Amino acid sequence: MEPVLLRARGVADSRSLAAYLAAGGYEGWKKALGMGPDAVTKEVLDSELRGRGGAGFPTGRKWSFVPKDHPGPRYLVCNADESEPGTFKDREIIEYDPHQVVEGVAIAAFAIKANTAYIYIRGEFVRWARILEDAIAEARQRGFLGKNVMGSGFDLDIWVHRGAGAYICGEETALLESIEGKRGFPRLKPPFPAVVGVFGQPTVINNVETLACVPHIIVRGAAWFAAIGRPKNTGPKLFCVSGHVNRPGVYELPLGVTFREIIEEHAGGIRGGRKLKAFFPGGSSAPVLTADEVDTGADFDACAAAGTMLGSGGVIVFDDTVDMVEVADNVAHFYAHESCGQCTPCREGSDWCMDILDRLVAGHGQAADPDTLLRICRFSSAGMTICPLGDAFALPISSIVNKYRAEFEHRIASATPLPQKKQPVLPWAGPRPGFGI
Amino acid sequence: MSTRPIVAVPPEALRIVTFDAAMEASIAELLPRYPTRRAAVLPVLWLCQERFGWISPGVVRAVAARLGESPAFVEGVVSFYTMYQTAPPARYVLQVCTTLSCAWCGGRELVAHLKERLGISFGEKTPDGMFQLVGVQCLGACGTAPVVQINDDYYENLDVAKLDAILDELAGRS
Repeated sequence: MEPVLLRARGVADSRSLAAYLAAGGYEGWKKALGMGPDAVTKEVLDSELRGRGGAGFPTGRKWSFVPKDHPGPRYLVCNADESEPGTFKDREIIEYDPHQVVEGVAIAAFAIKANTAYIYIRGEFVRWARILEDAIAEARQRGFLGKNVMGSGFDLDIWVHRGAGAYICGEETALLESIEGKRGFPRLKPPFPAVVGVFGQPTVINNVETLACVPHIIVRGAAWFAAIGRPKNTGPKLFCVSGHVNRPGVYELPLGVTFREIIEEHAGGIRGGRKLKAFFPGGSSAPVLTADEVDTGADFDACAAAGTMLGSGGVIVFDDTVDMVEVADNVAHFYAHESCGQCTPCREGSDWCMDILDRLVAGHGQAADPDTLLRICRFSSAGMTICPLGDAFALPISSIVNKYRAEFEHRIASATPLPQKKQPVLPWAGPRPGFGI
Repeated sequence: MSTRPIVAVPPEALRIVTFDAAMEASIAELLPRYPTRRAAVLPVLWLCQERFGWISPGVVRAVAARLGESPAFVEGVVSFYTMYQTAPPARYVLQVCTTLSCAWCGGRELVAHLKERLGISFGEKTPDGMFQLVGVQCLGACGTAPVVQINDDYYENLDVAKLDAILDELAGRS
């Protein structure tokens, strides 16, 4: 397909406002200001654009939840936290086309009548935060932002807010807490952010890629957007392919292509002439798919039907040399590190899974381990926690145990007993015993 | 790429912190962006880390006083986020990604090599204060694995030879 979101990739000096204007930039913003907020929301609703951050919720509907008669300020937040393992698409958009993000933020803010927007970007992305700040300054200088934008009477300020290293802040309510200057503890929902969001005011949170789609929908129309992809799964999507493939990278494809096409055609197949073993279809929080499931369609509904999720579109590919017990262990380490610690099932469950998997990898597996893992996962997911981080580790780990159980059994069959730990006797007046570690 | 070294102010000099005019000007620029002063906690901490190299207990007290928060609240924020340094860091902090794609595409080899070359484990500094090794979770650059972030800069598509050349250059030995 013709590139839409990545059209600037490969264009000289593509980040500059001049290049963006030459490619028809900010036409959507001008058109939107003439249409009025309700018409903009209707256009996005008709395009059937679904959120690209992971949940796939219809964007126009999210906007329409903001109370119409709210007397105070409202806020738009752009989620550029991009911390799901396997995901590196927002960075690509910001790197080549930051004005596309700024324009998308502006149109969305106008649609919900927000005069302030924040772009929350992960702390590690120092360079990309600067790129965004430069683009915002350029747009403001040209009158696309600020007071009375282009004579419309609409005021808009956009600020970049940097995170400081916390995966959980990609979760929308944790992100709001982080903007408010607090620890990133997710909030209970309801109330949903569209009613009570940042600073207690109605707030809409959209992913970078979602917002980057918006100017194109306004300029080229909802029908054009809806014609790309499949019904209910419309538009172009950025797929981030990483791992054991010949050409890892970001590919822009219509929703609904198969993972086989993404992995074999676009990413050039498995490197070193090896065979595909397994892949995460949408970041490491999505249940893993096996080589036999590679013909699954890469869209929200097809993935859900296959028992997994499209998530953020981060396709992580493993070849046949990979030990799936080690993959589960790596996943457990990630989530045990990133659990915010608010809910016991997630905080303790992720740690417990990590301990068991570490032991399995070290060669001290026990017969009950696979079932224990499944039991922990069951009690950490499906509504047992405030936010979906409980599911985020429980689903991939339980899918690996279920689909690759033979590898667990194989390790357990050749396991040796766990060496006895030296138990410290306290109180101890001498040097600290170090607790046997 | 020329990565800027971190110059950490020694702990003795950060016991009691007062913000100078330049710092106050930066803070004054931040505050109008938010309806509450508390919202400026993260950005002000970033300003402090850029200026002092790390966040000492004295910095925590100064930030708390400036923004009308308790030191306990600010300390809670500092300890929650992994990127705020609570001890003086080395000149170059090597943050090696250890998550899925990086781990299986050469990241584990990089970790093993760095530990051997520098003679330190995760969380430690070399005795000359030049390098610090940190194992981090996904840096969001999985397509260019393996990745090491050195201070603010990403180094991608690495292998042992490339990383060695980078470290040689940073250490001023090349």
